[in-house]
Amino acid sequence: MTSTATRPDPRPEAEPDAKPPLALGDRVFKALSVGSGALIMVALAGVFIFLALEGYPGLSVDEDFYNPATTFLGYAGPLLFGTVLAAVIALVIAVPFAIGIALFISHYAPRRLAVPVAYLIDLLAAVPSVVFGLWGGRELAQHIGGASVWLEEHLGFIPLFAGPAAKSGSTMLTAAVVLAIMILPITTAICREVFAQTPRLHEEAALALGATRWEMIRTAVFPYARSGMVSAVMLGLGRALGETMAVAMILSASPVVTLNIISGQSPATIASNIASNYKEASPDGQAVLIATGLVLFAFTFGVNFLARYLAGRGQRRMAR
Amino acid sequence: MAKSIDVSDLDIYYGSFKAVEGVNMTIRARAVTAFIGPSGCGKSTFLRSLNRMHEVIPGARVEGKVVVDGQSLYDPSVDPVAVRRQIGMVFQRPNPFPTMSIYDNVLAGNRLNSKRMKKSEADTIVEKSLKGANLWNEVKDRLGKPGMGLSGGQQQRLCIARAIAVEPQVLLMDEPCSALDPISTSAIEDLIHELKSDYTIVIVTHNMQQAARVSDDTGFFNLKATGEPGHLVEFNATKKMFSSPDESSTEAYISGRFG
Amino acid sequence: MTALDTRPERPETRLSKPRLPQWAPLLVLAVAAALGALAWLIGANTALSVLVAVVAYLVVMPVWSGVVESRRAAIDRLATGLVWSAFLVALVPLVWLIVTVVSNGISTINPEFLTYDMRGVLGNEQGGLYHALIGTLLITGLAALISVPVGILAAVYLVEYGAKSRMARILTFLVDVMTGIPSIVAGLFALSLFVLIFGPAVRLGFGGSVALSLLMIPTVVRSTEEMLRLVPDDLREASYALGVPKWRTILKVVVPTCVGGIVTGVVLAISRVIGETAPLLVVAGFTSSVNMNPFDGRMMTLPVFIYTQYTASTAQGLSYAWGGALVLIVIVMALNIVARIIGKIFAPKTGR
Repeated sequence: MTSTATRPDPRPEAEPDAKPPLALGDRVFKALSVGSGALIMVALAGVFIFLALEGYPGLSVDEDFYNPATTFLGYAGPLLFGTVLAAVIALVIAVPFAIGIALFISHYAPRRLAVPVAYLIDLLAAVPSVVFGLWGGRELAQHIGGASVWLEEHLGFIPLFAGPAAKSGSTMLTAAVVLAIMILPITTAICREVFAQTPRLHEEAALALGATRWEMIRTAVFPYARSGMVSAVMLGLGRALGETMAVAMILSASPVVTLNIISGQSPATIASNIASNYKEASPDGQAVLIATGLVLFAFTFGVNFLARYLAGRGQRRMAR
Repeated sequence: MAKSIDVSDLDIYYGSFKAVEGVNMTIRARAVTAFIGPSGCGKSTFLRSLNRMHEVIPGARVEGKVVVDGQSLYDPSVDPVAVRRQIGMVFQRPNPFPTMSIYDNVLAGNRLNSKRMKKSEADTIVEKSLKGANLWNEVKDRLGKPGMGLSGGQQQRLCIARAIAVEPQVLLMDEPCSALDPISTSAIEDLIHELKSDYTIVIVTHNMQQAARVSDDTGFFNLKATGEPGHLVEFNATKKMFSSPDESSTEAYISGRFG
Repeated sequence: MTALDTRPERPETRLSKPRLPQWAPLLVLAVAAALGALAWLIGANTALSVLVAVVAYLVVMPVWSGVVESRRAAIDRLATGLVWSAFLVALVPLVWLIVTVVSNGISTINPEFLTYDMRGVLGNEQGGLYHALIGTLLITGLAALISVPVGILAAVYLVEYGAKSRMARILTFLVDVMTGIPSIVAGLFALSLFVLIFGPAVRLGFGGSVALSLLMIPTVVRSTEEMLRLVPDDLREASYALGVPKWRTILKVVVPTCVGGIVTGVVLAISRVIGETAPLLVVAGFTSSVNMNPFDGRMMTLPVFIYTQYTASTAQGLSYAWGGALVLIVIVMALNIVARIIGKIFAPKTGR
């Protein structure tokens, strides 16, 4: 029931000028921004397409290029193994620290300390990988070499430390430690963010029930942050898989498959293999390397995809 | 330059949700029209449909007619941007542009539309608008300072100055005093009284005393039931509305016997 | 829990429970440090002594707490100790790395090192990284020239135009995934692209720029997007209500409001890619002389300079590598600081 009261009203002068619904400036600007978005999608597709185009011949070149293996799979296999091994060890080292530091920044550190600490950790991310490689290869390797000898003597029964220990430290262990340091910032940053997003109410609810700080973290913070932490770990994994220079500069590589991480005989990673062999590669050799690059891309893409998917799912769950 | 607005059979949707249904009214030129009603009854939505601001929200659309001066606002040939130049708006919370000075804020509408103007011309507009918004005496010595440095009430008057600087036909105000203290509120109400000689003013308010104080006509919006669209219950001269309304539900709302 | 009612007395209702004094952690810390020092005195190396101290703290503190307070308190103290030590241990590599680079690199830095290239440098003649500096600046500059407009416009699309459309959601996701592209893959992509155009032996600086853009764009998009989302809708509406078209609203109101944040993001993105090595190694190649034309021929960059000097494995090469590392770190840190300063300068205005 709508009652209407109409009053007579004199309609004065001019009409507002009629214009097309979208002005020229708006159309141009919108086209530009949509075009940029599309360009990014095209570029990503381009990565796949060009790597496939240039890498495809590398799947079946003369056997000599796969030396000592005879097929592409035999060639790429040990490299993929090395890539995953280095990344997984790096994760095992980095994740506890990342969670610890993230908790430190979000819940433990005094206010005055939290911001500078977060900044310091971000600074670690700013150090170029070639500098990490230089430091790892020249400085850290010597110390790890020393520690490796001790590991072989005392923990030699574990396959990882079977030895013979390389005193030079140009080993998988050193590379993994450096990788761990390099993925620490991103993993920490994401954990920190999700920890800090824990609703204040949940935390206070836990504390009000008489929980200690640690119990509060276990009952309120961790469950809330779980999917975020998983995706942080996955992103760290993605970084570690793709990292090139630090590994190339530290590892003295050989095409073997071994769990032994302190000997001088360790498998290279895909990325480091590309970097170290690029100089002398002929067109065929180049194609082989690009093909391994495609394998790496597909692998990291998958890992990152999964990480983002899990993170997205977590967010949706939290939003409800 | 003030214009009247004719609204006929207006339905407003957010996506598939119908927010307001079947509104008919004529808003008089050079008068103050107030909309009152409980929260969520669609009065702000309706107000925003009068200068096509509600389209800013994705999925929002309108069926029906809004005619200003013989011209239908929702005609396909009409540019919403041009509509908004004719029909200005003041928002619930004061929102001066943080990157601009007081001076630039007043000129924002002109400048952003890239109108070239002489310094003297600009000065005239700024002074005229700020005087029109009763703010000139308070800020004339600090026109170069950021607009964010003013008090809430001053910021709101700055926003009114900004809105009238482009010389619109109509001024829409969406609960302009709800974020302000009583003294600032009364300053704005005085201002509305003065502005009505030049502009058609439409104001949404949740405060019935305010509607009674400032308006000539009043429209009462209500929901038929929860989840149903809002609609216009009664539209009448303010005096009549607050003394002997035609509808019993209006009386119930005004006298406070209402949820 | 009916059992509760039958209990004769509930000790938990007492509010004052035995607590360790406030200075307890400090005392334990001192004891742990003393143990570490002792280990050092009897011949353990530094790393081992620190380890002894940390473990000592992590054992003594919970045990003491467990005895005096309760098991729960002990676990809490252990967690606190672990979190603190995680933080302290993480500082070690950062400090160690910076100290090493500075102490090894400082002796190499001199005016010649910064202004000479390596052309025809033999034996112990003085060479430098001038060519690499030029290359890095040109390649990174070009990369920024490509990525900044594309990145910012794409972010504008995501926030202002795309809203919740399908394409926007896909793009957001792809940008996220793109941040994880290994840098060497970006290099291989640029190489494949230019090999298809120019033939197999192609190496050029611009290829490096393309590769770096691929790495830089996602960072620019993400940071710009975040900043644009911080701009309150109030301001957009205020502008629309003045009859300002959307594109002018974006350019004159939205972007200026968050320009500080956008610039900070861009500078940080530059500092991220300026140290990239792998893609440049692959596509820009290396050379020992200055090349000013990124569209023709090999181009040296700072990170690749460090790498080639390192792999040369001579004493001279190594000292150049450290010197180059120091220069690179200084540039990256300077960019970081500049970014923070820009952020600080613009922050108050955008605050609210």
